[in-house]
Amino acid sequence: MKAPALLRAFLPALICILVFVSCAGIGAQDWVRTGTNLSNTTIRLAASDFKPVGADPQTPTLKSVFDATLAKDLDNAGIFEMVSKSLTPQSMPGAPNEIVLSQWSADPANAAMVAFGALSVNSGKLAVYGWLFDTRNTANPQVFGQQFNEAASPEMARTIAHRFADAIIYRLGGGVNGIAETKIYFVSSRTGSKEIWSMDYDGENQQQITHLGTIALSPRISPDNSRVAFAALGDGGWSVRMYSFDLGRLVSFPAGTAGGSNQSPAWSSDGAKIAFSSARSGKPEIWVADASGSNLRRLTAFGTDTSPSWNPRTNSQIAWISGRTGLPQIYIMDMDGSNVQRMTDGGYAVSPNWAPNGGLLTFSWNRKYGPGDPGGQDIYVMDIASKRWLQATHESGSNDFPAWSPDGRHIVFERTIGGHAQIWSMLADGTHQQQLTHSGNNFMPNWSLK
Amino acid sequence: MIFIDVLNGVRVIPKRDTYMQEGRSRQVKRGIFTIVVLLIAVVAFSGCNKKPLPTQAEVLPPPPPPAAPIAQLTATPTVISAGDQVQLTWRTMNATSVIIDGIGSVPTAGVKTVTPTQSTTYHLVARGEGGSADASARVTVNAPVAVTVPVTTITPEEEFKANVQDIFFDYDTADIRSDAQATLQKDANYLVSHPDIRVVIGGYCDERGSNEYNLALGQNRADATKSALVEAGVADGRIRVVSYGKEKPFCSDQNEQCWQLNRRGGFTMAR
Repeated sequence: MKAPALLRAFLPALICILVFVSCAGIGAQDWVRTGTNLSNTTIRLAASDFKPVGADPQTPTLKSVFDATLAKDLDNAGIFEMVSKSLTPQSMPGAPNEIVLSQWSADPANAAMVAFGALSVNSGKLAVYGWLFDTRNTANPQVFGQQFNEAASPEMARTIAHRFADAIIYRLGGGVNGIAETKIYFVSSRTGSKEIWSMDYDGENQQQITHLGTIALSPRISPDNSRVAFAALGDGGWSVRMYSFDLGRLVSFPAGTAGGSNQSPAWSSDGAKIAFSSARSGKPEIWVADASGSNLRRLTAFGTDTSPSWNPRTNSQIAWISGRTGLPQIYIMDMDGSNVQRMTDGGYAVSPNWAPNGGLLTFSWNRKYGPGDPGGQDIYVMDIASKRWLQATHESGSNDFPAWSPDGRHIVFERTIGGHAQIWSMLADGTHQQQLTHSGNNFMPNWSLK
Repeated sequence: MIFIDVLNGVRVIPKRDTYMQEGRSRQVKRGIFTIVVLLIAVVAFSGCNKKPLPTQAEVLPPPPPPAAPIAQLTATPTVISAGDQVQLTWRTMNATSVIIDGIGSVPTAGVKTVTPTQSTTYHLVARGEGGSADASARVTVNAPVAVTVPVTTITPEEEFKANVQDIFFDYDTADIRSDAQATLQKDANYLVSHPDIRVVIGGYCDERGSNEYNLALGQNRADATKSALVEAGVADGRIRVVSYGKEKPFCSDQNEQCWQLNRRGGFTMAR
């Protein structure tokens, strides 16, 4: 059921890129703006402040958290043209019988859709009623309504806003699930050593996961969100380690310890396998093992191969980087090591990450690399079938480790400016860039699959 | 008790005698009063000790202010060689607390043996109700005869560092440079002649480029370094390699000089 819907959603994006690229011509592209899983027309959406009901003293705080989170989530989604709150009607409708649609459809709001509802706190419980109305369909305006009941706390007010936003995004965004409840895993050195951390997709709720006191790199969250794989330096060199959220501790991954030089793990999207780089046979090569650590096998044989990423749609291909011809380039291959294709035509290309739709890669590329030829390390998005690409970041710091959001509309990445590395996110066409971390130095983000 | 004894000992100044005696023994004074009162025999009065008659002035003069402390400190002998002992002797008067710098609180009079290692001025401060006084004594310590036997303080690690030197790489490559060949030969010679030493080779990269790729590149550098040592006769099993990528830089400036220092194969003794 889902695959056709996804395909439908991604197809316009692909076409859009191809058309744009073929018009512009390869190699002469700069500041290209095009949609990546983002529809051509955006819906003008108004998010009304929710109506506070009752006199519980917690209500004003939770309402302001809820209103701000909902508005930010809908704006972040990248598929709406949000109506500025200064243009929305003064009225604060709390129920379908309280909304006057003409106020919202008329100028200056001129909204096609309006999200509204009511919020109340009763004996420690937060109740939210939310509706999405189509302002032009006066006869039958309700798109959907939803009711939420959770403990009355700012965290749950945020969670409810995330869920309501995701429901709106799902209905209006071509059946693609929203990302407001997803998480981003990353490396932070803010405590003095590089440890694995997590945060909500919008940068809120940052939490430390590992406390190893050594160097932990390359976190990759399992598709079911139960484990995070990463590389850590120990007495015997680098190992691929595994932290279980169910057990709250590190768990064994025997394939990741032998040989002392194992790094850059990557989950297949079904959670069954892990690819990683290991030098146990001499040079760094791509290896694959079951998630349990058994059935280990080697896929490459040329050396300096690392940073694998699965095609999440098929799990039958891997993208990775290889220095077999000198500077690192992006390659793809089938799971038996055959059909090796080089994707980049020069420069310094690293950190590939395969899009959920299976058709696009994002990676970090310095196309004019080398002494006396200083180019920028920027984030690129490439259509695999045509090898045509667009540049998503421009003239702003050194950018690396891009990773797709599960809806394929966003990319999270590491940006270093003046020696300070922070996590940023953007829409996949490079717009809507925003900094998510501000404390210490933060690296190597990875987006959860749900 | 010592405190009171000291006070008694202080009262050697004649002028203070009457006052101190009055203060000390009310019993005696009351006896004198009774005699005087009987002799004059005009009226019986109370509070005589608060309101003395003019004739009593000769017997009980007004109390004088508290006397200033006096302090004396001597050191014997005043010139020694390092390690010899010195006797410090001190006496004080009118003091309630006595402190010698570097020693601390001491009795108001005493003797102490010290062993200064260098020339020292001992300084005493005596404090009492009448103020403070200080005294000092200088002890000169002649330097000991220099030890002429040379001492070897170099540790095995330092000897290793001096003889097994790191090698450096060109940008984005793990090829052994020609200038590294001579260094590697010396490194190998030392390791061959010290077969008990096990060695860890770390592969390092400069800050440019990506962390994951630099770990792979650092691995290649460490491996290339190891291969060169093995070729020069060092047993394979004595060498372990680890890539540090760009995670453990030696230098953090952003210039070629610094980057070159960070592109290396580095040697450490295995624990």
